Amino acid sequence: MKHHFFPTRRRVLQGIAAVAAAGALAAPAFAAEAPLKIGLILPLTGPFASTGKQIEAACRLYIAKNGDTVAGRKVELIVKDDTGLAPETTKRIAQEMVVQDKVSVLAGFGLTPLALAAAPVATEAKVPMIVMAAATGMIPTRSPFIVRANFTLPQVTAPIAEWALKNKIKRVVTMVTDYGPGLDAEKTFVTVFKAGGGEIVESIKTPLRNPDYAPFLQRAKDAKPDALFVFVPSGEGLAVMKQFDERGLKQAGIRLIGTGDVTDDDLLESMGAPALGIITSFHYSAAHDSPENKAYVDAFMKANNGMRPNFHSLGGYDGMHVIYEAVKKAGPTATGEQLVEAMKGLKWVSPRGPMSIDPATRQPIQTIYLREVKMVNGKPWNIEFDKFENVKDPG
Amino acid sequence: MIGNLIGVLFDGIAYGSLLFVISIGLSVTMGLMNFVNLAHGAFAMLGGYACVVLMTRAGVPFLATLPVAFLVPAIVGIVLERTLYQRLYKATHLDQVMFSIGLVFMSVAAATWFFGPSQQPVRLPDFLRGQVHVLGLDLGAYRLFLIAVVIVITTVLTMLLVKTRFGAQVRASVDNAVAAAGLGIDVNRVFGVTFALGSGLAGLGGGLGIDVLGLDPTFPLKYMVYFLLVVAIGGAGTIKGGLVAAMILGICDVAGKYYVPQIGSFIIYFLMVALMILFPAGLYGRKA
Repeated sequence: MKHHFFPTRRRVLQGIAAVAAAGALAAPAFAAEAPLKIGLILPLTGPFASTGKQIEAACRLYIAKNGDTVAGRKVELIVKDDTGLAPETTKRIAQEMVVQDKVSVLAGFGLTPLALAAAPVATEAKVPMIVMAAATGMIPTRSPFIVRANFTLPQVTAPIAEWALKNKIKRVVTMVTDYGPGLDAEKTFVTVFKAGGGEIVESIKTPLRNPDYAPFLQRAKDAKPDALFVFVPSGEGLAVMKQFDERGLKQAGIRLIGTGDVTDDDLLESMGAPALGIITSFHYSAAHDSPENKAYVDAFMKANNGMRPNFHSLGGYDGMHVIYEAVKKAGPTATGEQLVEAMKGLKWVSPRGPMSIDPATRQPIQTIYLREVKMVNGKPWNIEFDKFENVKDPG
Repeated sequence: MIGNLIGVLFDGIAYGSLLFVISIGLSVTMGLMNFVNLAHGAFAMLGGYACVVLMTRAGVPFLATLPVAFLVPAIVGIVLERTLYQRLYKATHLDQVMFSIGLVFMSVAAATWFFGPSQQPVRLPDFLRGQVHVLGLDLGAYRLFLIAVVIVITTVLTMLLVKTRFGAQVRASVDNAVAAAGLGIDVNRVFGVTFALGSGLAGLGGGLGIDVLGLDPTFPLKYMVYFLLVVAIGGAGTIKGGLVAAMILGICDVAGKYYVPQIGSFIIYFLMVALMILFPAGLYGRKA
């Protein structure tokens, strides 16, 4: 790019003076430390925009709470929108961030295909890549620079299958959306449930672009199972619940169980009464009872117009924590490799509960909770009633 | 087994009813003006959002929002017809398709901007929720209501077209616009009013459909194929054709998903191919 720029003499003099002054001030304080740039790639428009909004808000909250310098380096967040639909866009943005903005860390990634597209960029540039939302299990195997700060679907699915076995649920119909994470959830649930002696009456897959769940639910009802296991993309949970309610599956003695995406905290308030009584397993509930979480939820809602933080926000919040701690541990001049090394084995108490990064797989090890949707103070919340500690990704 | 079958038929008819309300306007305007309006679903979406906004922001009960769901798209429809659509009646079909798909994308972006990308909640009155037990069958109360609404709408529309002066003008214009104009019928005005009526019905369908079809900004794209199928199978320009086609589609779609969930969502496309081979002009289509 060419600038048509004709400096006046006075401007030049002012400029020289400014540079000299800045140099004189800055030089003795830091050894000319460049800011620590974090490239955050998120879906901020399009159908998955709520994921991006939650994560961005959480990252900003972390910086506001923990200061915008770490180990003497100023933290600079560069946020870009990849619309959530086009892996090649995510890849291009990751490349631009590495080449032009010279980011030290890549982070974000709303969905699995987007994370996979960016993985080669991280490997080539030797830049740590923090996955904050995409939840298919195998993502970290695609690059030694990937560290996961959220959860994996198999990790949160296994506990609900075990709970079902212990609670006199013998026959289950599974209903999942026919795409990567849905199949992951179905596979894990069926494997664990069958291994424990349970019976899978039927496995229904619903197409991704079809919000009329009525015929599938009617089929599930007529199969007369003890429970229906559901996995759908988080926004779709509402439609399933409404039809579950309207078709009288509850009255027929069928319980609704699933992973926590179905009762996403972000949407739970608008679901209202039909959601009550649903049992899910997940790594985070906004109603988690701990001082860390109370402080987190209060600060988050205050900073975001009363929006309730959901599980995606925790991926962002803990992702920032992983970056901060790694820079503290490895020092302000650490290379990408040294940062990833420093992230392995990190252990801390997150608002979601105690968690750590598995040094072998770079996946989180965390507590998975069983929750039931209940009304508290007139609003539905996921209330935890049991937990499985130190759950790893079953791999 | 028999109980299942009746249940499936019932759900299918309810689903078909919804498709009929939304698509009938498209069918009539296509027959009348020979205009390929892909943006028809956008009017349905507009009706849906009118419903939701009134319900959640102003606390208006669901049933009371339905007239607004009809009026808002009808008014927007007539404005767009007078200012934009009218210029393209004589254009090629490609131009019409490009124009109306452009409108669709604009409506999707606008809806995302104003209402966000997520599904919108709807609160039905209590007497429309849950199930009604009729002769040992569990029937969804809301679906019964949908079927009743369609019976009313079909009757009114048929009366309007068969018994009134306006209906006669519409029929004459469909048959031969030039001759109708020559006989002193203001064909332009007939087009405009019909377009508004069709858009309004789409909006009403959009409002009625929130609970069944959902409502998010991609609505006009997601269901475009279904609306076009109704017109293609039923034949453009007839109420009867649209009704029969919507029922066939609704029943086959629900039955496919219930009995063979593995390939359920594919069945209607197979059906479309078969019907189009057998009836190239649609079930009740007129010869071109």
